[in-house]
Amino acid sequence: MANPILVLAEQVRGELADITFEMLGAGRALAIASGAPLYAALLGSEAAPLAAKLGAADKVFTVEHPHLDLAPAGTVAAALKGLVDHTQAGLVLLGCTNVSLGIGSMLAAHSGLPLVNFCRAITFQAGTLTCTSQLFGGKILSDVKLADGRGIVSVYPGAFPVDAGKHDGTPPVEKVDLAVEAPKAVFKRYVEPETGDVDITKQDVLVGVGRGIQTQDNVQLAEDLAQILGGAVCASRPVIDQGWLPLSRQVGKSGMTVKPRVYLALGISGAPEHWEGMQNAQCIIAVNTDPKAPIFDGAHYGVVGDVLELLPVLTEKIKARKAT
Amino acid sequence: MNLYVLLKMVPDTVEELNVSADGQSLDSEFLRFKLSEPDDHALEQALLLKEKHGGTVTVVALDAPEVDDVLFTALAKGGDRAVKIPIAQAGLGTAASAGVLAAFFAAPGAITPDTLLLPGSQAIDDLEGELAPLLAAALNLPYVGVVCGVQAADGKATILKEFAGGLRAEFEVALPAVLGIQSAEKPPRYVPVAKVRAAMKSATIDTAELAPPDRPVQLDIARLYKPEAAGRAEMVEGAPADVADKLVDVLAKHSVV
Ligand SMILES: Cc1cc2nc3c(=O)[nH]c(=O)nc-3n(C[C@H](O)[C@H](O)[C@H](O)COP(=O)(O)OP(=O)(O)OC[C@H]3O[C@@H](n4cnc5c(N)ncnc54)[C@H](O)[C@@H]3O)c2cc1C
Ligand SMILES: Nc1ncnc2c1ncn2[C@@H]1O[C@H](COP(=O)(O)O)[C@@H](O)[C@H]1O
Repeated sequence: MANPILVLAEQVRGELADITFEMLGAGRALAIASGAPLYAALLGSEAAPLAAKLGAADKVFTVEHPHLDLAPAGTVAAALKGLVDHTQAGLVLLGCTNVSLGIGSMLAAHSGLPLVNFCRAITFQAGTLTCTSQLFGGKILSDVKLADGRGIVSVYPGAFPVDAGKHDGTPPVEKVDLAVEAPKAVFKRYVEPETGDVDITKQDVLVGVGRGIQTQDNVQLAEDLAQILGGAVCASRPVIDQGWLPLSRQVGKSGMTVKPRVYLALGISGAPEHWEGMQNAQCIIAVNTDPKAPIFDGAHYGVVGDVLELLPVLTEKIKARKAT
Repeated sequence: MNLYVLLKMVPDTVEELNVSADGQSLDSEFLRFKLSEPDDHALEQALLLKEKHGGTVTVVALDAPEVDDVLFTALAKGGDRAVKIPIAQAGLGTAASAGVLAAFFAAPGAITPDTLLLPGSQAIDDLEGELAPLLAAALNLPYVGVVCGVQAADGKATILKEFAGGLRAEFEVALPAVLGIQSAEKPPRYVPVAKVRAAMKSATIDTAELAPPDRPVQLDIARLYKPEAAGRAEMVEGAPADVADKLVDVLAKHSVV
């Protein structure tokens, strides 16, 4: 695996996203194990000031072009293909995020490199690069081997520590001139997050409900518990998609990242896209009828049981405890 | 509008998933399949667009267990035409599936100037990546993923794409285009079983014969396995009242009670 490792830096509104540093940290470990250099790719008209923050890379390659600002996956992939050719990179790391979704697949289509999705761990041992991915909502893992360490790997946020990819040094930067086609999908405007009645990112206690809550009416059981605890109700995507709670209450990849003191995960399976948004809660209590639900692998306390049965009892017990 | 929705069957993760003896695939014996959730939203989005702008909704699927039920359900909801490609979806990676579907859409007349291809944004098993961008690359069409709203006018679509933290952005694309749908503007509609049964009696599923892919899987999958039960959670057991008592203690320990 002598070819360089190239990390696609991800930015949202002019700021580098954490996933960039997570990948640089993971890339550095691979670079040490394999002897390959670690490069970062930075695209867009505001590349220069951001490049200085990528000191964990041996070198930063920028393509500065306004067409690359908020560009669709196809435009980004074409520029990235240009950088892969320019740097002779063998391994490309990019974020398994809403921002980067599709870029890896497009790059695979244009470069012939295989793509490994949903990756949580990468090892380089005895000359073999192995990627471990999380499939089926976290219920199954897969190990994929990449021949000669060549491929595109889409990395889950939260899989690697951020700090390992942060470095004070200023990296050398090379500006690469590439022809960039006008994007076929044109950015018009941001639609700001709805400001709901409560800001779930500011709560000490969150009562999270998932599909296991079963009906809109049952959400009231969670509201009752949240009220007695002085917290708020939030939810996984299916509950929001059903319209049972407003978008401002969604936790996870597309929704909010929350860090309450206590997070109750009620009827939530613990899919990686939900876990991403609540993994840093100080105490996670999961209630699920399925003893094999992935949420139990990460929660601090677990109850195998029916939330509909437990919720009213728990609310009453708290009322009683508060009265004493 | 000429609207296509691509439907994919995925294992229902509410059931226990087991790996087969070869360590390369899921044990099919106890698998139950259901429509991939974003596809249900893609169908809803297509039906909403048809209601507004007229046109036809065609649903397309590869062969898979229970897929006929899903195709008839789509017709009962308001779809106009269902096409099944008699190539088994099982064992095909995303690249191979995309190749088959690209061949379907490359047929003369399939893609018109007012066509939108609406696959789901992403499925829970797409180890090789997502089909929507691969299809767009093969057909040389514009693509946007994680779409949660579509408006159409004058040969263009204005779409809403999700970022993180509730932030979304509007993009504009000229048709024809491929949009990976994450969620529809409204929750997917419900259709009574009686209507599905009626569709089964009156409607037909067309088939489109295509060459099977010569390379079903691109990746070298060493093994599939279940995660080690890390068992970090301390399990609280007992009758609901006992469990509740213990949870109140935990809450008190974290000073929220
Ligand atoms: C691009 C993308 C972005 C996404 N963004 C997000 C996001 O921001 N947030 C998010 O949450 N998801 C997101 N998802 C979806 C995510 O992959 C999962 O589908 C989702 O988190 C599952 O929600 P759930 O756990 O409520 O439902 P399920 O996975 O269906 O789990 C329901 C659980 O409830 C349990 N249950 C059923 N009945 C009961 C009962 N009576 N008592 C107790 N337990 C019960 C079941 O055993 C099961 O474990 C995203 C997906 C994609 C592809
Ligand atoms: N075998 C298939 N048959 C029909 N549609 C598919 C198939 N595979 C993928 N798709 C479509 O592509 C979307 C994304 O799937 P995936 O590529 O598995 O992430 C799905 O939601 C479907 O709309």
